[in-house]
Amino acid sequence: MRRILAALLPGLMIFAGPLRAAEVVTFTLDNGMEVLVLEDHRAPVVVQTVWYRVGAADEPEGKSGIAHYLEHLMFKATDELESGEFSNTVARNGGSDNAFTSYDYTAYFQRIASDRLELMMQMEASRVDGLQLVEADIASERDVVIEERNQRTENDAGALFAEQRSAAQYLNHPYGIPIIGWKHEAEALALDDAVSFYKQHYGPNNAILIVAGDVVPDEVRALAEKYYGVIPPNPNIKTRNRVAEPPQLAERRLKYEDARVGQPYVIRTYLAPERDPGAQQEAAALTLLAEVLGGSGTTSVLAEKLQFDDAKAIYASAFYSGMSLDVTTFGLVMIPVEGVTLAEAESALDNSVAEFIEEGVDSEDLDRIKLQLRASEIYALDNINSLARTYGAALTSGLTVQDVDDWLGILEAVTEEDIIAAAKRVFDKRRSVTGWVMPEGTEEVMQ
Amino acid sequence: MIRAVFAAAFSMLVASPLWAAVDIQEVTSPGGIEAWLVEENSIPFVALEIRFLGGASLDPDGKRGVTNLMTGLIEEGAGDIDARAFAAARDGLAASFDFDVYDDALSVSARFLNENRDEAIALLREALVNPRFDQDAVERVRGQVLSGIRNDVTDPNEIASRAFDAMAYGNHPYGSSKDGTLESVTALTRDDVVAANKAVLARDRVFVGATGDISAEELGQLLDTLLGDLPETGAPLPSRVDLQLTGGITLIPFDTPQSVAMFGHSGIARDDPDFFVAFVANEIFGGSGRQSRLSDEVREKRGLTYGVGSYLVNYENADMLLGQVASANDRMAEAIDVIKDEWAKIATEGVTAKELDEAKTYLTGAYPLRFDGNGPIARIMVGMQTLGLTPDYITSRNERVNAVTLEDIRRVAKLWYRPEDLRFVVVGQPEGLEAID
Repeated sequence: MRRILAALLPGLMIFAGPLRAAEVVTFTLDNGMEVLVLEDHRAPVVVQTVWYRVGAADEPEGKSGIAHYLEHLMFKATDELESGEFSNTVARNGGSDNAFTSYDYTAYFQRIASDRLELMMQMEASRVDGLQLVEADIASERDVVIEERNQRTENDAGALFAEQRSAAQYLNHPYGIPIIGWKHEAEALALDDAVSFYKQHYGPNNAILIVAGDVVPDEVRALAEKYYGVIPPNPNIKTRNRVAEPPQLAERRLKYEDARVGQPYVIRTYLAPERDPGAQQEAAALTLLAEVLGGSGTTSVLAEKLQFDDAKAIYASAFYSGMSLDVTTFGLVMIPVEGVTLAEAESALDNSVAEFIEEGVDSEDLDRIKLQLRASEIYALDNINSLARTYGAALTSGLTVQDVDDWLGILEAVTEEDIIAAAKRVFDKRRSVTGWVMPEGTEEVMQ
Repeated sequence: MIRAVFAAAFSMLVASPLWAAVDIQEVTSPGGIEAWLVEENSIPFVALEIRFLGGASLDPDGKRGVTNLMTGLIEEGAGDIDARAFAAARDGLAASFDFDVYDDALSVSARFLNENRDEAIALLREALVNPRFDQDAVERVRGQVLSGIRNDVTDPNEIASRAFDAMAYGNHPYGSSKDGTLESVTALTRDDVVAANKAVLARDRVFVGATGDISAEELGQLLDTLLGDLPETGAPLPSRVDLQLTGGITLIPFDTPQSVAMFGHSGIARDDPDFFVAFVANEIFGGSGRQSRLSDEVREKRGLTYGVGSYLVNYENADMLLGQVASANDRMAEAIDVIKDEWAKIATEGVTAKELDEAKTYLTGAYPLRFDGNGPIARIMVGMQTLGLTPDYITSRNERVNAVTLEDIRRVAKLWYRPEDLRFVVVGQPEGLEAID
């Protein structure tokens, strides 16, 4: 079933990732750069990640895709490195490296033998403020980005619709604009755009260094001070202050036809609160609501009601991730069995949710989910990289280390009543987008 | 400055023998089931990897997709509990069991806590030995499989790989999708599923790896409980492929903005004395771990793609050198020209000393990083066993990489990069590209 979901909803995160498991040592350099160290000495491997508090939702108007394009360009020349030298050096040392761009952060990482950490820091430090972009480097890389967009989005009907759906969900906030950029804007991005975005947002005072693996905190501190500590803070860095959503008063309904849709489905998202520092209770209730409704393909409420009791669905689920700087979404999705129209599917989905709110949470279901949460602490110890990534995403989404450490306890404290109350608040159709995705030429009429 | 540090780091490359920590014990259970074990006591859980050779290639004629459907049903009810009760029991133990099927094997990846290990194993045993295959579960999972197939028929990557496989492997099971077709899956019966279960899950083809907080003795008992009641033998394993691929370009029109291509020809066998030479050569040519020639020419210099690569693919019954690329419809022809030129170039010129040195340091340095967690180590151990390797392979593997010479690559590249045999299957609306049979 994961396969079907991945095909329909690329990039979807079902659950909130690993929970707190290891001790985290934190400190801040004089120039404002935050540092986190997670120790795991089982293997002589280290992961260095630098997270910048800037993402696609911080782009200037008309320049969509610049955050991601700049992420690609960060592998070109710096004042100490030739174009491509960074990755080549990592590879020559047996490591791997990459980067990723989200709405709220841009992050760069290397995974390598732990005795190479110093070299990694030296190179990573050189691109905090030393990027040297030239016209020759940037044209072919823009073509690469366009091919990336072709591959991820233009060639995938589900991904194209997801863009349209997000654009309809957010009336004002930049989460409605695709991370990779609208094609017409991404094609027009120029050297100046990249340089000015870099100068505006990159610097030690907007960055978080996370080192995880076979290292000791004192050693990381000494190296971090030597390489990152000498970089002056960037005076252009400002606290992020994004535009907010106005009250959403009108339900939105979208119908998308594409010959490349093999399997029709209905999907609905509702605007939903995110995890906020010191205030994660509502997000915790929504996280468990998604788990109870759709966390298991066999025992969740939607699976039981729609795949078993009255088999109208091949698949029915719910999804939510509270890790976001600004307002996020809660989603429901259903793939109907053959012979069930999308109208019937949508109404069955609505009925199931309404019944659930009426019936309340099964306490055995909730106990089982909470037990799995506790076990995830043990399993998470086996994957320190994933844990490091959770901290990075949290800290660039406005949360603190304390918030991450508190999260499991907050989830544990959520009651059956809390979940139903959160469901009643979030399922407000005026703040929703409903999408029907179907093959070209489907006759069905949307209400 | 950076180069000086680099040189120092370079010389320390051999100084991190991670594999010293991977201490493999070869375990034989009281009932005679063999397994490899790495005891790792710092976290109270065990990762267990079980692989049955044969997998989807054991589908009988006319029953394509039955092993895949059966795999999807293993967890959908067992012994005296139905699908929902089984899932609730598993989740109530915070255990996870993943069943996957491939062309050559059916795999079971399990992880379970120490505190309830016996209950978790008892539950997993029921799934492996006493699956119910209730008719309602068969219909439900069949619906899921058919939905996946409906998606795949409009996915350009799936269209390309299916066409390529059909051309290369013909009537061998590799020549068609393991999922089956809408027709073949619709026609499958519960009896077919039961028969597939008996054909595939048998003790004469099972390989096991375990990593975590468990002793050899405990593992032996666990294996007898888990696998001891499986049938001794299963269906005969499939035969070698009679490879039918010829050089050329196949075009499959599909209305989408970016063309996708699969390409390749036959490749070197895993047990060929020159395998490591070809492996290092391909790392330089199209490997994913560093800046390969293909990536440099097609992506970096010309911006024709987001990703291009080539891979040695060693199935049980076929050995291939394969690659893939995606490029906008108006640029695919150029991308293919560049790939063909590079194919010819490595065949005639080999590689440079600098390329070879860089590939060796990358490959030898990256190898220990694979052993990073209980699950990955269990999977690596099973993979080694299916290849007939011994535990000491781990310590000798990097020596084999380092032994490869420029002359070896010149000799082997001439044999294993054959531009005239290269077949491209292109799906999309590529401009200026003509089919060549």
